Amino acid sequence: MRTRSGIWSIRARIALGVLALGLTAACGGGAPAEAPTTAPVANPVDQATAGAVIGRIVFEGTVPAPASIKMTADPNCGSDGSMSEALIVGDGGALQNVFVYVKDGLGNLTFPVPAEMVILDQKGCHYVPHVLGVQVGQPVQIVNSDATLHNVHAAGKTNREFNAGQPIQGMKMTHTFTTKEVMVPFKCDVHGWMNAWVGVLDHPFFSVTGRDGAFSLKGLPPGTYTIEAWHETLGTETQTVTIGAKESKDLAFTFRGAGA
Amino acid sequence: MLLPLYAALVAASTALLIFAGGLVTSTGSGLSVPDWPTSYGWFMFTFPLDKMVGGIYYEHGHRLIATTVGGLILVLSVWLWRAEPRLWVRRLGYIALAAVIAQGVLGGITVLWYLPDAISIAHASLAQIVFCLTVAIALVTSSGWKQAYSGAASPTPDDRMLQAVAAVTTGFIYVQIVAGATMRHTEAGLAIPDFPLAFGHLVPPQWDPKIAIHYAHRVGALGVTALVLATTGHVFFHHWRRRELRRPSILLLLLVALQLTLGALTVLSGKQVIFNSLHVVTGACVLATSLVLTLRASRARFSGAAFVGSPRESGPPSPGFGVPGRVRAARDPRLPSAPAGAKA
Repeated sequence: MRTRSGIWSIRARIALGVLALGLTAACGGGAPAEAPTTAPVANPVDQATAGAVIGRIVFEGTVPAPASIKMTADPNCGSDGSMSEALIVGDGGALQNVFVYVKDGLGNLTFPVPAEMVILDQKGCHYVPHVLGVQVGQPVQIVNSDATLHNVHAAGKTNREFNAGQPIQGMKMTHTFTTKEVMVPFKCDVHGWMNAWVGVLDHPFFSVTGRDGAFSLKGLPPGTYTIEAWHETLGTETQTVTIGAKESKDLAFTFRGAGA
Repeated sequence: MLLPLYAALVAASTALLIFAGGLVTSTGSGLSVPDWPTSYGWFMFTFPLDKMVGGIYYEHGHRLIATTVGGLILVLSVWLWRAEPRLWVRRLGYIALAAVIAQGVLGGITVLWYLPDAISIAHASLAQIVFCLTVAIALVTSSGWKQAYSGAASPTPDDRMLQAVAAVTTGFIYVQIVAGATMRHTEAGLAIPDFPLAFGHLVPPQWDPKIAIHYAHRVGALGVTALVLATTGHVFFHHWRRRELRRPSILLLLLVALQLTLGALTVLSGKQVIFNSLHVVTGACVLATSLVLTLRASRARFSGAAFVGSPRESGPPSPGFGVPGRVRAARDPRLPSAPAGAKA
């Protein structure tokens, strides 16, 4: 038969246990695996404090004459002799088709994957755009807008290689990359001059320079970052930048060619 | 009578196929048709001609020629099976058929697996075997072979020295071609950009795997040249009157000279497509010519040959029934001699 004092003893033990658990939780103890992470599911960037890195990329040196492409191998491509996109330098040395991105500094933050598709078109027997960025898991739609057939051959090193045919005009296929990789080369083996580069990242802080050579990485949390600029023929340049709350920093990259 | 002609046609078509394969790799078109055995979903022979553009022209064209050659070899093997009395020749036909089927499968696999080096090199190397088999069949079904080249004053001599050096030359040429295929498929064709020196030196001052395979191919070319000179020199010195040996020897010398020129032009032109592809098929022709010379030099060791010794030897007619080993066995004085006039 259980006595009154015995019942109190049990209640006291339970209360003490609950109290101990509460104290443990309040003091942030417990197993390391249960420690709160710095990787929220939603976008962790506080827009009230977010800053930006903006800048321009220039080419210094003798600009080689752009190589013309001979497209007579396929009459459907036209014979206008379009130019190679491997090195496009605009006014004031503005360097086009540079992929600029945050290489390091985001820690283990994770970011939501955009649902909207990124379009990679095959138009006039060229990939449009020539360089683009995409997040891991974000759908990329590859379209054949040409009245000829293409094969879409992506030869990633960490992402799975694939080679798919698009023999009919208007054909579309959707692909998602599974891991970050800078850069995944795309090519069409039918038209040897056709190539594109896709930068695959696990965050949204990337940009591709246009005709003016400008880039902007907006919405960055305050912190110190390694910014890399990648160009398909000129290689990479890296700089470190620290931005405070709501701060916008300018960054200039210079790629040097022959004669610089 | 028609069989050797047909076999020669098959051998020529196989050489054309090798040239077409060389064009595929030289133009970087290997993956321009991503599926196999279909082409963009079409059955191979119904693929629209107007879609044969760019790299497809080379890759799909290669597939069409390959399938045709496969069919020709199938007919050849059936023909041999039905009409050829010599078992070992019939077996050559079966082996050629098996080899060309394996070659087709390798070609398909290398496309589906995005041109892995090992498979592509195997595909290139087996192509040479298929070519050699068709050339060998054309040779051993020819009237000259069957008559042991006895149209001249005497049958082909059983010159062991010539047989040995010719066989070593043929084997070395094959190894050299495999090295070339390795260089080709590992993108090492311009790893040493100058010629005849290597980065301005006789021996490259720097090394990596691509430079090593490229340099090995160059050194191999010197080895092939030396061996070919030894073989043909032996023929010219000892067997100049033997037309069946003299002619392939002259051809071999010319082909080696052409091949060296094409190799140099391939490097100096930055792998120009035609030079590059001709280098591939000329290499195959060097191999096949050396094989023909080796087989003709060894004719006396096959059955049905009248035995004539090397310049310093003489002996009785070689009877035998089939493969060279049996010829040797039949020469054993303890064994009874085979019936005269056995077919070769």
